Formats: sequence, structure tokens, C-alpha cells
Amino acid sequence: MNPSNYLYLSAILFSIGAVGVLVRRNAIVLFMCVELMLNASNLAFVSFARVHGNLDGQVIAFFVMVVAAAEVVVGLAIIMTIFRTRRSASVDEANLLKY
Amino acid sequence: MSPFSGGLATVAEVATATEASGLFTLTWLLVGLPLLGAAVLLLGGRRTDRWGHWLGVAMSGGSFVVAALLFFGLLGRAAEERTVTQHLFDWIAVGTFTVPFDLRVDQLSMTFVLLITGVGTLIHIYSVGYMSHDHDRRRFFAYLNLFVASMLLLVLANNYLLLYVGWEGVGLASYLLIGFWFVKDSAAVASKKAFVVNRVGDVGLSIAVMLMFVTFGSVAFDGVLTNAASASESQLTWIGLALLLAACGKSAQFPLQSWLLDAMEGPTPVSALIHAATMVTAGVYLIARSNAIFDAAPTAQTAVVIIGAITLLMGAVIGCAKDDIKKALAGSTMSQIGYMILAAGLGPVGYVFAIFHLVTHGFFKATMFLGAGSVMHGMNDNVNMRRYGGLRAVMVVTWITFMAGYFAILGIPPFAGFFSKDKIIEAAFSVNTLTGLVTLLGAGITAFYMTRLVAMTFFGKARWEDDAHPHESPGIMTGPIAVLAFLSTVGGFALAYGNGIEHWLEPVLGFKEPVIGIPVPALTAITLAVVLVGAALGWVLYARRSVPVVAPAGNLLTRAARADLYGDAFNEAVFMRPGQYLTRWLVWFDNRVVDGVVNGTAATIGGLSGRARRLQTGFTRSYALSMLGGAALVVFALVLVRL
Repeated sequence: MNPSNYLYLSAILFSIGAVGVLVRRNAIVLFMCVELMLNASNLAFVSFARVHGNLDGQVIAFFVMVVAAAEVVVGLAIIMTIFRTRRSASVDEANLLKY
Repeated sequence: MSPFSGGLATVAEVATATEASGLFTLTWLLVGLPLLGAAVLLLGGRRTDRWGHWLGVAMSGGSFVVAALLFFGLLGRAAEERTVTQHLFDWIAVGTFTVPFDLRVDQLSMTFVLLITGVGTLIHIYSVGYMSHDHDRRRFFAYLNLFVASMLLLVLANNYLLLYVGWEGVGLASYLLIGFWFVKDSAAVASKKAFVVNRVGDVGLSIAVMLMFVTFGSVAFDGVLTNAASASESQLTWIGLALLLAACGKSAQFPLQSWLLDAMEGPTPVSALIHAATMVTAGVYLIARSNAIFDAAPTAQTAVVIIGAITLLMGAVIGCAKDDIKKALAGSTMSQIGYMILAAGLGPVGYVFAIFHLVTHGFFKATMFLGAGSVMHGMNDNVNMRRYGGLRAVMVVTWITFMAGYFAILGIPPFAGFFSKDKIIEAAFSVNTLTGLVTLLGAGITAFYMTRLVAMTFFGKARWEDDAHPHESPGIMTGPIAVLAFLSTVGGFALAYGNGIEHWLEPVLGFKEPVIGIPVPALTAITLAVVLVGAALGWVLYARRSVPVVAPAGNLLTRAARADLYGDAFNEAVFMRPGQYLTRWLVWFDNRVVDGVVNGTAATIGGLSGRARRLQTGFTRSYALSMLGGAALVVFALVLVRL
């Protein structure tokens, strides 16, 4: 199968994720979109590893997974705390940190 | 040199010095004793309050005893072997240039040492009584000792750099003593003024020392004065003028005379010390010591004579108008030092008489200043002569001793001033008739203002304030005055006997007998006549007529003289105000321009960052958008570069 198809899929997934981050307000959904973007890039890395015939892309994909897992741990905890204090997970309302 | 050539002139040669041995190893004690006294009294603090003043007297007296021993030691030697140096240690050693810490005892420095320690000790003793009511008497004696030590270092130094140390020490001690009652605003201002004006003169001395180093490669007396002939006349003229500036500062000569009258803010013994034994005599010493330089620089000599003549008349005129007894005496000092400076500018005919007059002046001026202090002591520290009058009945000792000083300054034979002042007038006439006339006129004015002072204080009707109860001062004060009065009476004759002082000082200063067109007794008679006219005028105006308690408005000259001939006004207008405007402008420049640039930069950056801060909206998704945009830009740029 043509490896460029994987790349197209990766680009579509990344775009969906990015648009989701920009347009949705719920922090949980935002988070899921970020995961989508990370995994889209993982797919691209793995595809390129296949195309070039070496393991660099696959190794980096593992790194990305680790970062994503760590991010989920910290991020979900923050979202939980915000939700407990404000009774809402909307990112637009959590706007106290500004000029 | 032309006016002085020919005749039996001897020009001073720097005698070959012998290193101190035997008795002369004590030389360092002259400076060391008073310095030790000052150190103990200043460091000892309140613990030394009870006996501190006696320590001060003992240290000054001890120095006098050493001086007397050395004097007799010198007398026992042949005239050409009377220069003794004591090497204490190497002070500055830079490559081939070394400045040793050497003391030099010769006829000139010995004369000064005896005057400083002798008169100084008498003033110390007097101060024990005069300052007995002052709770800070110990500090006073510490400063007095410091003053004497500095002055001794000044006259004993064997090179100009060490002389400079003593010179500065004298300036410091005078500052401390004039401002002794520093809680009084006027005293604090006067001490600051004395210090600042002296500093102007000190610049002259430092320039002179630098010029000497450049010209001769040495600052030692032996190196500079023996080689004076090797330098060009213009070099010597500049050195001479710089030395003259230095002398003007310390000796209160025109145009640096303004500090002396204000210096009367100090306690009266300080005035006596400054005027009689230390400080103002330093300028005369400097010029006399540098005689080899001045002899070879006629232009500088002429400048010295002119400065002396101007100050002589200025001081005398100021002395005529002052109602403050101490200021009248201060004007008189200016005038008398003017005589000495003038004489020192006359060359070999005058050096010896300048020093001679300096010594007799030390006697009679100390007598009169201490007498004035005694009068003030009995009159509740009132200095206004218009509130004195008729004091001869209640202060007999003070009156009699003061009259000895009075006759001495007038130059009435056989009192001390007659011998020295007459010789200066004679020397002045021998060089230049105009100079002679100035000194003659000065003698007349001197007689006038001194008669005025004496008449207003001791004669006439009592004009005392209601609460004044004049009384004679205690013996510890009148004793020293009596000794000084005795010296004022016989000192001149004793020194002039058999031309003693000429023979004594000739090896150091050189000497040439003044030659004048008319017989000497005729000139003496003319001088005495002028003096008597001045005195008679003063007597008629201030003893025969009653003296008003409030000073009359006076004519133009009187008003000018009361304002110190506008010396202060001139300084204020020419130096002080422009200086203040300059500093004000500099402050403005600093505040507005320098600080403006700095503050302006800070304000600009602060303002810009205030604007940029608005970008932080707190709206999470806008951050996400900008990150996406940034990432897209980076990718776009990478693609662009790759292409």
C-alpha cells in the first residue's frame, strides 16, 4: 500500500485535532483533540520510519507516547481541580491568568 | 639683580650640613614632644580632662627647653658649621628619587623654633587660665599642641615636600582651632573659610614643588637652593610666583587676606598663636628660606614687594575702622606681615630685617592679643571697643603690658619694634623711594589705629554695659603677658645689639647693608615724626573727644574699611556666586539631561511593554491559535529555505 496514504490520514487526523482544539470549549474534549494530534504525528513518524527503512521514527513515536501519558496525568489532574472549584470545565471561563 | 649688586653684599650660600651628633640627636624631640602631647590628649579622651592642659603646657615647654639647648649648641659652633641635619628615616623612595624625613637646624630655623616654642609655651600657660571655664579645655590643648608640632615641622623640614606636610598640618590645626566653638555658626563658617582660602595658597606650594622637581630633579633644600643658578630666570620666576601664592595664603596677604579677620572667631589665645608664633609667619619663612630662588628672579621679587605694600596699607586702613578689638588687631597683623613680606622681597638688604621684625612682632603682637583676651575676660567677652573705655584704672597689669606692646608696634625707641621696623623702612628706601614712602605711610597709619585702639579701650570715660564688672585677670594669665611685654620692651635692643641678628642670620639669608641718600638718623627722625603725627591724630580724635557708643555712619573710606575693603564682597561676586551658579547649572544638567536620558529610556521601555502586555488575554484558545499560526510559520519558513 502506498505509504503516502498513511500520511494523508495523518494530516487529516492532525487537522481534525487542531480544529477541535481551536473551536471546542470543554477542556476534556480539548484534551482528546490534543491526543488526536499527538497520535496523528505518531502515525506520520512511523510511516516515515517505514519509508526510510530505519527505526528513528519508531523510537520517537515511543517518546511521544510517554510524553502524552505524562501529559494526561498532569492535565487531567488540573482539569479536575478547575472543575471542582469553578463547577465548569470550559476553557473560556478559566481566563484569570492574563495581563 | 642690578639694584643689589656691588658693595659689601654677601649672598646666602647653602652651608654644607653636618649630620646630627651628640646634643643635636635630640632635634626630633622638638616636633615629637608636642605631637605626642596632641596624640595623648586626643586619644586619651575624657580620662585626661583633669590634667590634660598641664600635659599640653609641659610638652610645649619641653620643646622650648630642647630648642634652648640646641640654640646654645649652635652658638658654640663656628658660624659656617651651624647647619645640622638629622636623618630620621627614608620617607619616599621611588627609583632614584628619594625624599628623606630629614630635619634641618640652622640659624633661620632655630630663630623660628625659639619663637614658636617660646611664645607658644607662654600662650599655652595663658590658655590654662583663659579656658578654665570651658568644659572642652583638653581638646583645646590637644589642638594647640598639634598646631605647634605642625609649625615646628614646617620650619625644621629639610626639603620642600616635608615642609608641605607641616604646611598642611598648620592649615588643619588652624581650621580646628578657629572652629573650636563650632556650635556657633559664625565660628564654623570662619574655620571653613580659613581652610578654603588656605587651600588656594596650598595649590601654589604644590605647583612650586612640582616645578622644582621638574627643574632641579630634587625637592631638597640642598638640591634646589644650591643649584638655583643652573635654572633659567623664567623657570625661577614661575617657581617664585608659585611660592608667593603659597605665602599669600598662609600669611593672609592680598588677595588671599580675607580669612584672617574672620579667624577672630576662635578663642583669643588661638588668635595670639596664629598671629604671633605660627601660621602667618610661615609665608615669610617660605620666602626667606627660598632666598636663592628669589635673588635670581627679580620679577618675582618685585611681585613680592608689591603684594607686601598693598597688604601693608590694606591692613592698616582696615585696622583704623574696626570697633571689634580683635579685628582691629587682626588688621594690624595683616599690615605688619605686609612689612615682612615687603622686606623679604627686597632681597639681601631685607631678608634679615623681615625675620627680625617677625620676631619682635611675635613678641608685641602676642602681648597685645593676650592683653585683648584679658580685657575680654573682664568684660564678659564683649569685643566692642565702643563699650570699653577707662579700663586702665581697673586692669593695671593688662594696661601697662599692653602699653609696652603699643609702643613696640609704633616703633618708639627703645621698644622692640623701633629696631626692626626702622630697619625695614631704611631697606625699603635704599631700594626704591616709592616703596620707602609706602612703608613710612604705613607706619603713620599704624600709629593712628593703635592709638585709637588704646584710647578707646584704656582711656576716656567708661562706656561699659550695665552688667559689666571689669576686673584684672588671674596671675596665670597676666604672668605670660608680663613676660611677653618684657620681651617687647627689650627684645629689639637685645637682638639688634652689636648687629647680633644680622651676624646670626647672614650665613643663611645673605646680607647687604642698606645704603640710602640721607643720613640714617635723619630718616629715623622723619619716621618718628610721622609716627607721632599719626598717634597725635588718634589721640585727639578718640581720647580728647568722647567716643559715641553707637558707631557713626562714617565716610566712604570708613565704610569700606569696615567691610574689609570689600574683599569678601569681591570674592563673593567673582568666585562664590559664579561657582554657585555653575554648581546649580550642573545640578540642573544632571537632573534633567543625564537623569532624563536614563529615566526616559526606562519610561519608553516600560510604556512599550505595557502595551505588549495586552496580548496576554487569558483566552486559552487564542493562545492555541497563535501557537498553531507560529508552527505553521516555522514550517512554511523551513519549506521556503529548503526550496
